[in-house]
Amino acid sequence: MHMKVKEVVDVLNLKVFSGHDGLDNSIIGGYTSDLLSDVMGNAPAGAVWITLQTHVNVMAVATLKDLSAVILVKGLEPEANTLQQSNKEGIPILGTNLQAFEISGLLYNLINKK
Amino acid sequence: MHFEYRVQGGDFVRAGQASSQVKKILKQLNVAPQIIKRVVVALYEGEVNIVAHAFQGKIYIDIETDKIRVILDDVGPGIPDIEMAMRPGFSTASPIVREMGFGAGMGLPNIKENTDRMKISSVVGVGTRLEFVVNLKE
Repeated sequence: MHMKVKEVVDVLNLKVFSGHDGLDNSIIGGYTSDLLSDVMGNAPAGAVWITLQTHVNVMAVATLKDLSAVILVKGLEPEANTLQQSNKEGIPILGTNLQAFEISGLLYNLINKK
Repeated sequence: MHFEYRVQGGDFVRAGQASSQVKKILKQLNVAPQIIKRVVVALYEGEVNIVAHAFQGKIYIDIETDKIRVILDDVGPGIPDIEMAMRPGFSTASPIVREMGFGAGMGLPNIKENTDRMKISSVVGVGTRLEFVVNLKE
């Protein structure tokens, strides 16, 4: 049984910026990268993408790769058109004040415990 | 089936639109998800290359029963050394484009890996044509 995005939001105390329709998306794994081509080439479908990129192309990649959610690190906030796209596609953009290493570790443990 | 899309150089906001539409079409045609994935990765990288490097471009897509053929034709600076451009990690992208997380020199290698045939021809100062084919049947 895979975890849902909303469970991860609750346990890791993440902020939900947008894409509330996708809070029931199943999480298959995670991928941490700030290079879009790296995510494009290597992230598995259903992964949560952890990144510091906030522009709208993040949503293009997330949508094309059927990712379950995006977590922005270090208190970063999505740009306005990124929010719009997230709502339209139903892929949540989440936020944390932690940096990528920390949130990746927490998510890794959480997913692999279940 | 034949489709055409226009791509404007520098228009990062709309980068990925052709890929998104082709993804929908292939889904409707019941193409296997792992094959759609390959087409989408290759096409997105091709689109982003035009946006990041060229002035404008056109994408021609032909979907046949057993394969999809894609031609991305751009008006732009061209590629002086295609062999070098194919090398993973090599990129001529601007600092701004790199800051966005593009221009890591992974685009063309990604395209090569996800297609069954790929060909680049380019004339410096005129433009570049990238053609690729992905087999739709395993």
